[in-house]
This record gives sequence, structure tokens and C-alpha cells, in this order.
Amino acid sequence: MEHYLSLLVSAIFVENMALMLFLGMCTFLAVSKKVDTAIGLGIAVVVVQVITVPVNNLIFNYLLKDGALAWAGLPDMDLSFLGFLCYIGVIAGIVQILEMFLDKFVPALYNALGIFLPLITVNCAIMGASLFMVERSYTFPESVVYGLGAGIGWALAIVLLAGIREKLKYSDVPQGLRGLGITFITTGLMSLGFMSFSGLTL
Amino acid sequence: MSEMSKTILIKPIFKENPIALQILGVCSALAVTTSLQVTLVMCVALTTVVAFSNLFISMLRNNMPGSIRIIIQMTVIASLVILVDQVLKAFAYETSKQLSVFVGLIITNCIVMGRAEAFAMKNPPIPSFLDGIGNGLGYSLVLIVVGTLRELFGSGSLLGFTILPTVANGGWYQPNGLMLLAPSAFFIIGFFIWILRERNAEQIEKNDYPMSAHTAEKGAH
Amino acid sequence: MSSNVNSVANTLKVALLLCAVCSVVISGAAVLLKPMQTENQILDRNRNILVAAGLFDPAVNTNAEVQSMFERFNARIVDLDSGTFLSDEEAQRLGLNPQTYSESAARNDPAFSDALPGEQDTAKIRRRVRYATVYTIDNADGGFESVVLPVSGYGLWGIMYGYLALEGDGNTILGIGFYDHKETPGLGGEISNPRWQAQWPGKEIYTDADSDEVAFAVVKGGGQGPHQVDALSGATLTSRGVENMIAFWLGERGFGRFLNNEVKG
Repeated sequence: MEHYLSLLVSAIFVENMALMLFLGMCTFLAVSKKVDTAIGLGIAVVVVQVITVPVNNLIFNYLLKDGALAWAGLPDMDLSFLGFLCYIGVIAGIVQILEMFLDKFVPALYNALGIFLPLITVNCAIMGASLFMVERSYTFPESVVYGLGAGIGWALAIVLLAGIREKLKYSDVPQGLRGLGITFITTGLMSLGFMSFSGLTL
Repeated sequence: MSEMSKTILIKPIFKENPIALQILGVCSALAVTTSLQVTLVMCVALTTVVAFSNLFISMLRNNMPGSIRIIIQMTVIASLVILVDQVLKAFAYETSKQLSVFVGLIITNCIVMGRAEAFAMKNPPIPSFLDGIGNGLGYSLVLIVVGTLRELFGSGSLLGFTILPTVANGGWYQPNGLMLLAPSAFFIIGFFIWILRERNAEQIEKNDYPMSAHTAEKGAH
Repeated sequence: MSSNVNSVANTLKVALLLCAVCSVVISGAAVLLKPMQTENQILDRNRNILVAAGLFDPAVNTNAEVQSMFERFNARIVDLDSGTFLSDEEAQRLGLNPQTYSESAARNDPAFSDALPGEQDTAKIRRRVRYATVYTIDNADGGFESVVLPVSGYGLWGIMYGYLALEGDGNTILGIGFYDHKETPGLGGEISNPRWQAQWPGKEIYTDADSDEVAFAVVKGGGQGPHQVDALSGATLTSRGVENMIAFWLGERGFGRFLNNEVKG
């Protein structure tokens, strides 16, 4: 249990997807102008991460890994080179299914999150989490925890940035830095703040 | 080369640089800019993928059913990235180890998908290919600037050759450790955009709430 | 024209064709390049072992020399619990081959590794393999000229992996090399700086040659003693991680029994 808690904390703070690994930057910068939308996108990312990382974990362990096809009578098969194609396919598929599911059964949630879902397929943070899961050979329960942590970490970062940007609108920023430039520098300062979590273990 | 092709090739490098203007595709690459050599390999990998994905998608564009358009684009891009990854593992093993998962993240790089959708779907193969190279180079330009600054000031070397001998190795230069950490990449990009926009005034963003002068000239006193 | 492109038949045709072309290209590339990739992995591992043993200087030697230099080494699998080399029959029974056995795969396989309870897990690696590959240069008289042990331990950001080379007495250090770590560049990342590693050769692990007690320490400010190396400045946790790593792997749960049984004897 302690181990999972430690993994969760480290995925949220120490290895924050956005601030430490630069993942999901495009949407991170483009959709962080308002706190409300940032919260919506953040929740959508958490939901998708929690589903895709474990699913990709199962696909890797039971289909792609070297020797994973032993149950099908092919112990020497190593399909790990197909990884990228499978993960992105799974992500795109799950996002699509989630969108249809929400539309049909939870229309209220669909109205809130619907517009963000297509953005998520090409969000590097989602693909990144799956790739890191494979590289660090997490087990299935670990991958659930890691997906949750990676999602929460990213959501936290975007909500915080949106909060700062809402205030920043009223400040007198040098002309060339306005908008994008100052956002990058703000993100840098936040990233500096998150550095202080390094070495945090439970 | 015709005038037209030249514009397609050059424009994205300086005037319409995808990172500086459209904030596209920095995700997959900033983490690897701590060393210039790895940065260069990443740039070559990305430029190859954008150029060829543009080429193939443009060749397919007239036969592409609308309903599966995105999936086709993604399959082409993912296949190209797998190829690049396999080639790197076979011929540049050490660099590929340092790049780790970031080669795979080229798939979700917004530049690749963005150019496929915005340019290759509407233009013939050759201009699409050039557009891909141009955008790849524009992206490379930013990354190389970031990579050079970070390696030079962070570890006193360039491409592994010592330029500023560091204190730890008996020289005089005390390396700036911050340069090797994540925040410095954000700062460098921020300042890079500042410089670029000061030079191209039309790219400056509008202020949502402009400052008004203290007092209107006429109404004063 | 456009209605023709969007028809169901055409959609299926394009999808199938694209899948066929892509799969042929990718699989072809993967199969063709696989031997080179495997060769690279082995070359990389062998070079790391040579670097740790102080035989290979990346600034002087080239990859082409790795093969011939590595021929002097014998790879054998050690049972960490009994502290002895696995005989060929045992290795065969367990399906292990020293050339292909991979500790990183075994670490996640419950059949080949055990979870470490918190108080025993001083190097914070969570799971310990039961078998490890050890690389030795053998003497004419049955002893060893050098012994290279795989070691791993948690630093600041993640697990550091490396090789520790000992002299034939199983006590004096010949060298250390790290091949994978996530430490902060410029601070903890200096563990892979050859200048820092240069202090290691000649230092001793145990309080004396016959002892089982690990005395090796990474200390701040000099590290002049026979059991000490200087800590990295600005990287307290990394330095402590390296110390814990050595203490764990040369202790009872690591290679301690093996060194007593097979090397020091």
C-alpha cells in the first residue's frame, strides 16, 4: 500500500508530466486562459489516463512483450516494435468510445467535457504516460496508480497556470512578451517551484 | 528551385516558425535538449517524419475517405515513427537510449498532425514534402538554440567537446546547474519568443485589458 | 468522384491496403534490423563492464575493441541465497543462460525474484533477483583476477544501475561504472563523471579482509580513509543512495555470501 502511495505522490509532484517532462504542452498553453475550462480539461485528462494506461499495460504484457504470446503457442514472438502504433490506436479508440458513451448516458458530463475529448488524443501527456509505463515495466495495479497520478499531476499544473494567467491579464507585460512569452516564463517559475519536490519519498 | 517552392521551404523557418507562433510541438522535445548531440538527432528524426508523412498523406489525399481520415494519418505517422525508432536503435544505439520514450512522442507532436491536416491534405506531394522539411527545420532551429545554450552554460561543452573547462574538471567555469534542469527550457523559449516578436512587431499579441494613460491630456486640470 | 471515394467499399479497400502496406514495411524493418539491435545491446553491456573494471577508456578506446577485450571475461550465474555459482545442470534446469539472462526482466518475475520487506530494503530497490550474472577474469591458479558485480540502488530520482569491479581478494575496489540513472545533471549526475569515479580504485569494502561488515562509506569533505570516497557536492541524497547501494549489494542479501564462498576463500 505504502508503495502505491509513494508512486502516486511521485507521479503527481516529483515527475509532473507538464512541468518536469514538458508533456502535453500544446494544450497546456492553449487551454489555460480560464480556470473553468482548465478544470474541465484536467478532469478529462485524468479520466482518460486512468483508462488508457492500464489498458495499454494489458496489451503490452499479454500481446506485445517478448514471449508474451506464449499462451497462443508462440513463445518466441516479440512484437514490442508495434508498441507505438497500438498505444496510439488504443488512445484514439478509447477517447472515441468515451465520447460516445458520455453523449448517450451522461449528457451533462458530455456537455462539460465533450469539447475537450478530441484534443486529448493528440495530447503527448497521455501517450507519454503509456510509454513511461512500458519503459519502467509497471505491473497492472502500478499502472492504474501511475495513470491516476500522471493525470492528476497534469490537471493540477494546468489549473494552477490558468489561475495565474487570469490574474496576469491585468498586468502590464512588455509588448513582445505578451501572451505566449510570459506564459512560458510563468511555467518556468512554476517548474522551478515543483523542483523542490525532488527527492520526496514516503 | 522555383520561387514558390522556396517560399514554402523558408517561410516556416523564420517568418512562421511553428513553435514560436503556433506553440506547436514543443512537448516531445524539450526534455531532450540538455545535450546538443541528442537534440540534433531528435531534429533529424522529427524533420524526416514530418517530411515523409506530408509526402505520403498528400499522395493519398484524393483517395482518402473522410470517415477514416484521421486514423489513416495517424497510421502513416505512427508507422514512420516506428521506422525511425528501429533505425535509431540499430545505428545510433547510445543516442536512442538517451532519447528513450521521446522518439515515440513524435507521433503526438502537434506539428506532424497539424501540417498533415493543414497543408498535405490540400496540396500536391512535392510542395507538401518541402513544407514538411521547412516546418521540421523551423522546429529544429528553436531546439538547436535551446540545446546549444543549455549544454554550453550547463556543462561547459558543445557536442561533448569542452568549450568552457569546468571547475569539477580542473578548469575555471562554474557550470550553471539550472540550465540542465527543466525550468531553464521554459525560460529560454520565453525569451526566444520575446526577441522574435520584438523584431516582428505584427506578431505581438493584443492586450486584453490595455493600460490607460494616467490622465487624458485634454481633461487634465 | 467524391461519393465514390467515400463509399463503404472504398473505405474498406483503403483501410485494408494501408494496413497491409504499413505492416509489411514495419515488420520488414523490425526483422531486418533486429540482429543489429541485439548486437548493440550486448556491445553496450560489455563496454559498461569493461569501463567499470577500468579496462576501457571511452576517450581512448573504440567500440571495435570491445569484443576482443571482453573475451577475457567469463560470465557465470550466481545464486545469491546460497552464495555459489550455479552449475551448468542447475542453470539448464532453471532455463538460465549467462549470455542472455537479464536481471531487469527477472526483477519483475516472481519466479526469479523476491519482494524485499521495508526494513531489509536498504537500497530501496523493492525486489531483489535470486540470480545474478557475475563477470570474472580467472587466474591460472583457480582464483580470480577481478570480479564484476551488477549493482543497483535508489538515488534521488530513480534507481541507478551500475557495475562494481573488485579485485581477486573480494575486498579491494577496482572501479565503478553507472550505465543508467536519472540523477540531476551536474549534481547527482556527476556519479558518471570519471574524475569522481577515479577515487574508487584501491578503496576497500569490508573493515578487514576476513570481515563481513561493510565499512565502505561516501563521506563529505575529502574521503581520505581506506574505506571512504568523497561525496558529491550538492547531491547528499545521491551520495547516500550510492553508499546504501554498496552496503546492500555487498552485504548478506547481496553478494556477501558469494564473495565469502567463492572469491575470498
